[in-house]
Amino acid sequence: MPILEIEDLCVHYVTPQGVARAVDGASFVVEPGQIVGLVGESGCGKTTLARAIPRVMPKSARVAGGRILFEGEDLLALPARRMNAHRWKKIAFIPQSAMNSLDPVYRVGRQMSEVLIERGGMDKRTARARSAELFAMVGIETGRLDDYPHQFSGGMRQRVAIALALALKPKLVIADEPVTALDVVVQRQVLDVLRALQAELSLSVILVTHDISVVAYLCDAVVVMYAGQVAESGSCDDVLARPDHPYTMGLCNAFPDLARSQGKLVPIEGAPPSLLDPPRGCRFAPRCPFRVERCDEPPPLTRMRPGHRAACWRSGEAAALRIRASRTDTWEQIGARVA
Amino acid sequence: MSALVEAQDLVKHFPVSRKIGQVLRGEHPAVKAVDGVSFAIGRGENVGILGESGCGKTTLGRLLLRLITPTAGEIRFDGQPLAEHSGDALLSFRRRAQLVFQNPFDALNPRFTMATSLAEPLRNTRVPAKEHQDRIRTAMRRVHLPDVETYADKYPHQLSGGQLQRVVLARALVVEPEFIVADEPVSMLDVSVRAGILNVMKEIGEQMGLAAAYISHDLALVRYVCERTLTMYCGVVVEDGPTEEVVHRPQHPYTQALVKAVPVPHVHQSREPLPIKGGVPDARNPLSGCRFRDRCPYAFQRCAEEVPPLREIGRGHRAACHLLD
Repeated sequence: MPILEIEDLCVHYVTPQGVARAVDGASFVVEPGQIVGLVGESGCGKTTLARAIPRVMPKSARVAGGRILFEGEDLLALPARRMNAHRWKKIAFIPQSAMNSLDPVYRVGRQMSEVLIERGGMDKRTARARSAELFAMVGIETGRLDDYPHQFSGGMRQRVAIALALALKPKLVIADEPVTALDVVVQRQVLDVLRALQAELSLSVILVTHDISVVAYLCDAVVVMYAGQVAESGSCDDVLARPDHPYTMGLCNAFPDLARSQGKLVPIEGAPPSLLDPPRGCRFAPRCPFRVERCDEPPPLTRMRPGHRAACWRSGEAAALRIRASRTDTWEQIGARVA
Repeated sequence: MSALVEAQDLVKHFPVSRKIGQVLRGEHPAVKAVDGVSFAIGRGENVGILGESGCGKTTLGRLLLRLITPTAGEIRFDGQPLAEHSGDALLSFRRRAQLVFQNPFDALNPRFTMATSLAEPLRNTRVPAKEHQDRIRTAMRRVHLPDVETYADKYPHQLSGGQLQRVVLARALVVEPEFIVADEPVSMLDVSVRAGILNVMKEIGEQMGLAAAYISHDLALVRYVCERTLTMYCGVVVEDGPTEEVVHRPQHPYTQALVKAVPVPHVHQSREPLPIKGGVPDARNPLSGCRFRDRCPYAFQRCAEEVPPLREIGRGHRAACHLLD
């Protein structure tokens, strides 16, 4: 049984301009022990979705529909107190700027102990010992528990944020852009720490990122989001090698690839639609070079192969489209159209 | 071909506050952001400056544009020492060398329309007003925003990140420079639009014969636009060579680690642990000898005793490592 099932989730923001449908009918599952990458451009709803799971949403957000089943229990139906009991212990959330959220006036070890004491009901000494254990786990010398956050580098603070999230042995960790602000070497070190911990503790992880290479490096499965909806999902192996949705094809081609000789990078022209008034049909259609008349109707998320789903009317011709998508001129005509 | 930009033993130290003991001993602690860097950039050449945060790459870029003055060493632009420029000569340098900002969301005045922002460098460098329209039109065409009228009256908040970065780029180009410094020009942008900006940068480099220094921590991006790459570590250049050489046959252990650290967009890739440990070094107290030796898997006695010189190891390829001796 999946550890997490998201069914037709809708999260809306109420703004003075109207209702922004940040997540608009998203569905996917996370299996136990799986690392799932949630990718997409900024403004596609991935952070909103990630925050809806532990229900840490801004005031202007409201869940307009759908279910979030965690071990079979609908988190959205839980009373606030029961939900609160799940946070840290079952579901941990690492926000985007977690590394900057440590309090500068308290020693790092004390901040960790605080979580363990307040949330985990430990006494001071046990909390201290557990903090040391957590530090060792993410590869920081335990002697540094008595340092202040400013004495840590960005990569180390990010590891502290990870250690904090793991403090009460959650089953599911949701990390929002955990390596985005980091240099390549540090990024790699943090990803390796995440991978090692995932294996050791058999965690399930949802990793929110805009970087396909990070997904390729770390994740087992990937969910590609576009304009609040899931465009494609499946195992990394399958989706990255044989994308069935033109948006995924575009994302893969837009990335410089150090391992191969570099042809021309292929940008996706245009910008994601406004979520206040998204296109009625396929949301990617205005930027899609393969648009046909049928795309005026919303394509359903259809099963392509076992575990692989895509929301595109033309996914049957994906093999041919993939070849065309790798050429710049295919996308350039869109540039003319959207400009 | 004579070089357009030449840096000779360039040093930039930023003083830090002293403790009482240091004052009494007459010590002047400083962050040695750039600590003895020599290289040249030819006309029309694109050079990538690669390194982690804190390695001094941004400081180097600012020095090259004389936005800050070096502590020691010299920069020559078109054969003339930059430090001696003043008045009209400095103004002319400001026209010939331009900066492309990292964050397009901050780089433009939110109260200026695009037309005002684009005309500002022209006014500053005293280009006659009657030429402004043409210059702006040309620059906007170069960055693939040909429809000047649509953008002229827009404010920054009305444009997307990709459009803004194109305008920022156009703003550097309106004065028809010969040299630009681009500091992490796409790091704030979404992947889907990054490719477009990089393509534009590559294209204008070729069309205008523009020399450029691209500052980035991402070798994959540097490789896409630059034929040559300098790797910096803790204020010094540790490797300098043709980009393809650096990518496929990196010689310095630090560059080797950087190449390995870049994730690629395929599932099948090496996931071996990186050969180097630790983090960014302390630029106040760089190590004796080779500055990289505490993280280097191959370090031996000599690395602590002697500073490895940047030596020629191949055609146009230099590296600073005792292993290559």
